[in-house]
Amino acid sequence: MTTAVAPTGAAPPATRTSKTPKGRKGMKSVYPSWFYIPAAVLFLIFFAVPTFSSFYFSLTRWTLFDVQFIGLDNFIQFFQEPQLVTAFTNTFIYGFVTSAAKVVLGLALALLLTGPILGRGYLRGVIFFPVLVSTIGIGFTFKALLDPFHGIVNNVLGFLNLPQPGWYTDPGLALLTVAAVDVWKGVGIATLIFMAGIVAIPHEYFEAARMDGAGAWSVFRNITLPLVQPATATVIILSLIGGLRSFDLIWAITKGGPGFTSDVIASVIYKQYQAGFFGLSTAGNVILFVVVIAVMVPVSIFLNRKQDEL
Amino acid sequence: MSHVSKRAVAVVAVAAMSGLALAACSAGGGGDSGDGAVEISYLTQSDDNNTNQAKALIEAFEAANPDITVKLETQPGGTEGDNLMKTKLSTGSMEDVFHYNSGSLLQALNPDQTLVNLSDEEWVSDLTDDFKAVVSTDNGLYGAPWGASFAGAVMYNKTVYEDLGLEIPTTWDEFIANSEKIKAEGNGVAPILQSYGDTWTSQLFVLGDFANVTAQDPEWAEQYTANDPNAKYVDEPAFAGFANQQEAFDKGLFNEDFPSMTNAQAMEALATGAGAQYPMLTATIATIIQNNPDNVADIGVFALPAANADDTAITIWQPNAIYISKATEGDKLDAAKKFVEFANSSEGCDVQNATAAPAGPYVTTACTIPDDAPALVDDIQAYFDSGKTGSALEFLSPIKGPNLENITVAVGSGITPAEEGAAQYDDDVKKQAQQLGLEGW
Repeated sequence: MTTAVAPTGAAPPATRTSKTPKGRKGMKSVYPSWFYIPAAVLFLIFFAVPTFSSFYFSLTRWTLFDVQFIGLDNFIQFFQEPQLVTAFTNTFIYGFVTSAAKVVLGLALALLLTGPILGRGYLRGVIFFPVLVSTIGIGFTFKALLDPFHGIVNNVLGFLNLPQPGWYTDPGLALLTVAAVDVWKGVGIATLIFMAGIVAIPHEYFEAARMDGAGAWSVFRNITLPLVQPATATVIILSLIGGLRSFDLIWAITKGGPGFTSDVIASVIYKQYQAGFFGLSTAGNVILFVVVIAVMVPVSIFLNRKQDEL
Repeated sequence: MSHVSKRAVAVVAVAAMSGLALAACSAGGGGDSGDGAVEISYLTQSDDNNTNQAKALIEAFEAANPDITVKLETQPGGTEGDNLMKTKLSTGSMEDVFHYNSGSLLQALNPDQTLVNLSDEEWVSDLTDDFKAVVSTDNGLYGAPWGASFAGAVMYNKTVYEDLGLEIPTTWDEFIANSEKIKAEGNGVAPILQSYGDTWTSQLFVLGDFANVTAQDPEWAEQYTANDPNAKYVDEPAFAGFANQQEAFDKGLFNEDFPSMTNAQAMEALATGAGAQYPMLTATIATIIQNNPDNVADIGVFALPAANADDTAITIWQPNAIYISKATEGDKLDAAKKFVEFANSSEGCDVQNATAAPAGPYVTTACTIPDDAPALVDDIQAYFDSGKTGSALEFLSPIKGPNLENITVAVGSGITPAEEGAAQYDDDVKKQAQQLGLEGW
């Protein structure tokens, strides 16, 4: 996972420093260069070295006890994994479903919670609360609640004579159940970002639109939606990255099961790591890193360009 | 607690005196207090059964060796535990003594490099040859048994069998016929229990069938290790395990809540007669002893049947073992060896009999089965007496594919057909063999 985080974390400072001399000619850095050394050392030890050594170990058969260089065999092996196709499909389904649901629900909730309603502060707290709870805790809680045979949800459904789905034991449903829990947990952040975006829209626009006789839908469609675009971009990027590398909730609820039906790339990698295939799982992490970059860079460029056009 | 705080005070006092003394103190290690007392650590798995056994062993050992204290550490079992073991051993941070599987899982720990060779210890001569083989490499013997051997077979409720007038099946067809009869006439008793809430339990149809494979082809395990194309799971005789599991699912013989039932719930169902038959490791009888002590005598066991009665044999697991990490040296190593020896002495056997409830014959002559052992031990002994036993594959070959439990959940839930599951497992085995660096893969 660190491999995926490190380079993106490193990028902003690098671009900023390279821009400074161009932008403000002649102005030297405020700090002497030794001032940067502690941060640079920490960055090297904890991010750069592990990242590059993981590229090396992805080319080896590694048992922790000894290392054997095997070239690209791990990558070939990884792409031959029988579960890989399922895992890739599931990863994308999961990423896009959770991301889309968070945008729609988050925007709707943000509209509600920026409006003049009773108990607004309390409701904002309630929506945000799941974000603060540990993901594993949420996973185990929902696993108990949604137990197909003894869980409270299906007991209530059974009492009402409704069908009782095998929430996380039905192969067709397991992934979507986890995605729904993920949305429940993460929608608070999306709502918060959207609320900030909505509040930042100047009031004059709404007043002017009402003067011109625009209805609620028209105001939303033509003012709110375009002007919260930066917030939408942030929510999409954050939840898509989160969705593509999601692991903890899936592991807590289904462990990729039943069988391999709710496996995502991260859980396949984790299982390989558990099985002691350290080189192979490192190769998987390198691939996940490349995939996340390959998806996120175009999405980010597209969304930012849209933002600039406004 | 007072022990710790005294030591803390001492450390602070020494630190105050001089940095040099402090360095000397830390080099001496945390456990030695200078008066001959030694502290060693013992690692076991964190479930109730293992923890209780370890506590009883430590208590008895400390009573017999007052100058040695043993600190109990626990960690999860399963693949998560396997990984922790490897990490701790490769970084030299393993506890002094630890409890772990024998056979193929031990081989993956690279024992020659990471464990202390115990082949010169006295208790080794008491061990059975079968057990010696599964804790040894070409260079040494590394483990002492903890617990008795056990079977992977069908545990069944004798009351249900008596009420329906059923006979012990010796062929797969008889087993299916029995199960169909339980389904039809058992008033809601689940014919076959499955518990995929604990995925490892799904493997028994395959793993528990292995004695039948060996009965049909004695060379199978050796050929399998050597990557012989004739010994693959997609082909008979080994394919039977996957095919049987699919057939039992297709015929609707499992309990309704099999996708989420846990092992403990299944043991409860078996003990109370809510379920009739459960392919399981007999060592889990410990759960019934703990939770349903009145029902222990109702539980019997028979081998997972092969297609032909002549091939039906019961699959036997060797017990787990106790090992000493190579990082353990000096006084601690002596103390650790004493601890391992104690576990295999008559006092240690008493602890095993009292807390571990043998579920099969012991593998050391130092221990004998007590008279009050669970009834199913007699059933297993009968197979030994008639020579109808075979070792589980993990004790005959170093290769066990890590994904078997997920594959068998998929086969047993009707998600993957048996043929496809068997082929996936052959691939999984290949990966493991390559990781182990075996020749011919």
